[in-house]
Amino acid sequence: MSAAPCLEISNLSATLPSGMRVLRSVSLKIAPGEVHALVGESGAGKSMIGKAVLGVLPTSVRIVEGDMLLEGTRLGALSPKARRALIGARTALIPQDPLTALNPSRRIGPQITDRLIRILGWSASKAESRIRRLLDEVQIREPGRVVGCYPHELSGGMRQRVLIAAAFAAEPRLIVADEPTTALDVTVQKQILRLIADLQREHGTAILFVTHDLGVVAKISQKVSVLYAGMVVEEADTTALFAAPQHPYTRALMAATPRYTDPYASLLPVDAAVLAGLAGEVAEADRAWRPVHA
Amino acid sequence: MILQRLLARLLTMLITLFGVAVVVFVVIRVAPGDPIAMMLPPGASDDDILRLRTLYGLDKTLVEQFFIWLGGVARGDFGTSISLRQDVLSLVLNRLPATLELAIFALLMALAIGVPLAVLGARERGTAVEAGIDVANGAALSIPDFLWGLVLILLFGVLVPVFEISGRVSPRLELPFATQFYLFESIFRLRFDLMKDLLSHMFMPALALALPLAAIVSQLLKQSLKEILDLDYAVLARVKGFSETQVILRDALKNAALPTLTLVGVQFTFLIGGTVIVERLFSYEGLGNMAIDAVINRDLPLIQGIVLVFALLFVLVNLAVDITYALLNPRLRHG
Repeated sequence: MSAAPCLEISNLSATLPSGMRVLRSVSLKIAPGEVHALVGESGAGKSMIGKAVLGVLPTSVRIVEGDMLLEGTRLGALSPKARRALIGARTALIPQDPLTALNPSRRIGPQITDRLIRILGWSASKAESRIRRLLDEVQIREPGRVVGCYPHELSGGMRQRVLIAAAFAAEPRLIVADEPTTALDVTVQKQILRLIADLQREHGTAILFVTHDLGVVAKISQKVSVLYAGMVVEEADTTALFAAPQHPYTRALMAATPRYTDPYASLLPVDAAVLAGLAGEVAEADRAWRPVHA
Repeated sequence: MILQRLLARLLTMLITLFGVAVVVFVVIRVAPGDPIAMMLPPGASDDDILRLRTLYGLDKTLVEQFFIWLGGVARGDFGTSISLRQDVLSLVLNRLPATLELAIFALLMALAIGVPLAVLGARERGTAVEAGIDVANGAALSIPDFLWGLVLILLFGVLVPVFEISGRVSPRLELPFATQFYLFESIFRLRFDLMKDLLSHMFMPALALALPLAAIVSQLLKQSLKEILDLDYAVLARVKGFSETQVILRDALKNAALPTLTLVGVQFTFLIGGTVIVERLFSYEGLGNMAIDAVINRDLPLIQGIVLVFALLFVLVNLAVDITYALLNPRLRHG
């Protein structure tokens, strides 16, 4: 039974109303407990994949082809209600911007426990003791005070800790982490990243980790998919990818990563020849592609 | 801190009311029409006219008249109505409850129509349902309240006569009420027969007043809801497993209510203004109906009294909106 991947995406394509594809036949597999990073520049469709899995794509984006299997269950075959229940029970999201991801007019406590109580049917006392423990795990010092706070009374780092605690609260099998450190201060970024890595190990949760930061990829993930224009251009084990990147775009991305050791070095743009090659690949993929059910 | 803000608020309220008093006092005296001429039969002598002018203090200068009147108001004496020959304050207080009941009932109706439509429209955003709601809102907004009144009279008074079209209560009924708040009292005393009669009279004027406001509420609230439903915390709520309706009701509605509330406050004052014509249309015995009579009769003290009461209502509504706003928004409460 352990052979079933936690998440399997095959041949997933999604389009805008104009018919342009934002995801181009994406396939990827995440084993239970594995951290799989999605890297790529802005607009490469990294976040789209996470949103497609969780069923929260913008209304303008339509999935036209492909399958998503969560622990062997085909998501597309479920009724909206059943799908919601499954997503709510088995997955969680760590959002990008902790400043907008908490409801400003509700206290922290109910925002973390509502899933446990309202969706999973836990008793209030069980949910609360779980939350206390998790807030402790994410190193929030006064959990009793924090749960009574409104979001605006907490710092960005604190809010992201709260959201991480909320994500792990129901012991999900899969967490989509959508650039969870991008909106944070550099010093806080490191702490938050360490925290996610620690919790991931302890809880054995698989994570689909969306980021544009190759440094983060190297630290946290076992596997990487490199995206360009909604297309997976390279998928590899993280160590293998950093040792020997195969695709010219991956190599260019690595070269473009700024080094903290030499902050004054000029940033390298991706080489024009590489981009031309990518454009060719995208055109090639689109020529061959016909939607199965348009 | 809170006390200071409250005092500052009271002061601005008084200044507003004073300004209104000055403007009304001057305007109705500058406008053509002489109350004394309206009172006397044709052929009255100049002597009679002069005597009456002196009696009502109209022979003094405008400034003198104003301060005499203001001094009276400060003591609770709003003067005597020229046309009805009764104390203005008791006349106004007698009619005010009828208008308040109508306005509040209309406001509740507007919310009862507008809020569910906004929730439905936000949930079905981008579909034909939302488009239909937009069209309905446009229609409700582009027709003013008094025209809605005529349409409703035609529909539910003449074609399908289900509601009363005239007055506040059927004249044959015995009214056991101690106050002028008939509807509240009928509910309080569990006299549902009277309540039914009162509601039957109030329904159409209230609906006429409510429809434009309902459209505004539904349009603005829907827009705010749609914006909030794209925010991260709404997305997060969906991932938690909450349905779209639950996300709207639990997460979005309260935050979306804030901008809507401000507008409802402003619009509610317009609605109170709208009662003047709508009450006339339905012969509803409220303050607005009396205001029109007062203007027709050039009843200066009565007009002044009514306008001042209307102004007080507007100011109080705005105060209520600010307080509710602070209660809904934790950032304001703690800040």
